Amino acid sequence: MDRATGPVPVARSRRPRSSATPYLFLLPGVAIFVIAIIWPALQAFRMSFYHWQIMAGAISQWIGVDNYVRAFRDPAFWLSLSNSGIYMLATVIPQMAIGLFIAVLLKRRSPSQPLFRVLYYLPVITSWVVVSLLFKYLFADRGLVNFTLHDFLHLMHSDVSWLSERGTALIVICLLGIWKGVGWSMMIYLAALQGVPESLEEAALVDGAGPWQRFRAVTLPAINPATVFLSVMLVIGGLNVFASVELVTGGGPVGQTDVVLSYMYTQAFRYLDFGYGSAIAVILAVLVFVLAVLQLRITRDRGEELA
Amino acid sequence: MTALAPRLRARPRAAAGAATTFRYVVLIAGAIVMVTPFAYMVATSFQGQAYVLTLPPQFIPSHPTTANYTTALGAQNFALYFLNSAIVTIISTALSVLLSSMMAFAFARFRFRGREVIFRILLAGLTIPAVMLLIPQYILARDLHLLDSLTGLIFFYVAGSLSLNTFLLRGFLASVPAELDQAMQVDGATAWTRYWRLALPLAKPAIATATIFTFLNGWDEYPIALTLINNPDHSTLPLAIANYQGQNATQWGLVFAASLIAVIPVIIVFLVFQRYFVQGLTAGAVKG
Repeated sequence: MDRATGPVPVARSRRPRSSATPYLFLLPGVAIFVIAIIWPALQAFRMSFYHWQIMAGAISQWIGVDNYVRAFRDPAFWLSLSNSGIYMLATVIPQMAIGLFIAVLLKRRSPSQPLFRVLYYLPVITSWVVVSLLFKYLFADRGLVNFTLHDFLHLMHSDVSWLSERGTALIVICLLGIWKGVGWSMMIYLAALQGVPESLEEAALVDGAGPWQRFRAVTLPAINPATVFLSVMLVIGGLNVFASVELVTGGGPVGQTDVVLSYMYTQAFRYLDFGYGSAIAVILAVLVFVLAVLQLRITRDRGEELA
Repeated sequence: MTALAPRLRARPRAAAGAATTFRYVVLIAGAIVMVTPFAYMVATSFQGQAYVLTLPPQFIPSHPTTANYTTALGAQNFALYFLNSAIVTIISTALSVLLSSMMAFAFARFRFRGREVIFRILLAGLTIPAVMLLIPQYILARDLHLLDSLTGLIFFYVAGSLSLNTFLLRGFLASVPAELDQAMQVDGATAWTRYWRLALPLAKPAIATATIFTFLNGWDEYPIALTLINNPDHSTLPLAIANYQGQNATQWGLVFAASLIAVIPVIIVFLVFQRYFVQGLTAGAVKG
């Protein structure tokens, strides 16, 4: 494959002239990428083994795995990890299921399709800051949600103070995640559904398959790549929840709703404990990576069984 | 089998009406859930402070006023925040699309030593979540004197978007036949000419997609701005709105008026370029 090996055929004779060219095209982008992404990633790993001193000129002390040991013994870290896990579990499947359901309903082209598409996509393109403040407002003590559930539908005996307790606050944050993300899953599934050959569905119809059978036997396997893509991206995104927690509850009440990254942020930028913060970031990065690899492996095995 | 055939045909027709009704009921119910929060936000933004969070909630303000908008627009720094956001977003988007299309061109049109390795390292960037890099990026910014500066934001926004854009553009360029490129090469065109005159125009749909995604991400970005920017003069809109809410905890009308002004460019970009969204998402989903 490589240009340098073997005899140089005629068609390739002009190649040596351009040998430096691809590198020149890569250079500026790769340089920025290495400086701003790769180097910091390695740096985070290194910092996690130090009692890191943020002051310029101060000597940071190498403390081995102490930061990691500390994390494993830190109940607040475990609480934040479980909150991130709950958020991930509670948001990934609903986003995919609802997104797929709406995509199936919207698959057939109709005059109203573009309108619905825009309405469902609106939360996706709105910034986390805006939608987080909006949800804080909706779930305020005298907010729209309490009014609807209590005064209007009479589903609750009294108003709920949503953000003042861990359980209900997590519900608000999860609902926000689902509400904001459904449109994205819908778009991906819509694109995937439009790529399913109609001949396949028609063949199943001729064979006498009902709608549900057709969906399970033809459509679902055909859109499997989109499902794999979505589940990997959403699991990663779910474990990385940060802005919404920071803005809706600020981790409160008293750290009860902290997720891993908001806890990391507090450790680093409030207590200036950059070494400990880095260790937390590294733990989460490893967790995300392992989960992504596992998911890809499981879905690939299942795909092979189906094929 | 013959007895089955008429039933098979009759059933869809009989069920078609009910199915369509069901379809629209569900779609409209869902749309209401998606839109109601926005409607309430718009209503609140036209509401005087005295009427915010009154019960029953008012979707059509009883005492409509544009005071929140005039206050937000007249506030000493709002125009500055808007301008900061525009500068950071436009420059970082242009730079990111330029640099990533150059890389995509190299990956799609050249064979060279290390191509796979470099591409894989770039792809790894997709799996490194941005927030995890906040601590070392903060220290890097401090060492490079990029704290509290728009240049710093641009630098990190460009870096953060290179992986996805290169991936997207390379996929598109690789799917375009290379014959034209080879023909131009035979005619003695330089690599830069082939990139600028041929590859870029050909990749227009993918470029549009990359541009839109990078623009939206930059316009909405919060964690990096929160970490790097301390001086209010260098705030971007998301940061300013978040701070705004903190300072004026109860002034919801004002917060939402500012939010809506900030959301408008995003909605315009989305409505104008809708079809490129779908194309871009397909590229990501199918090839991912």
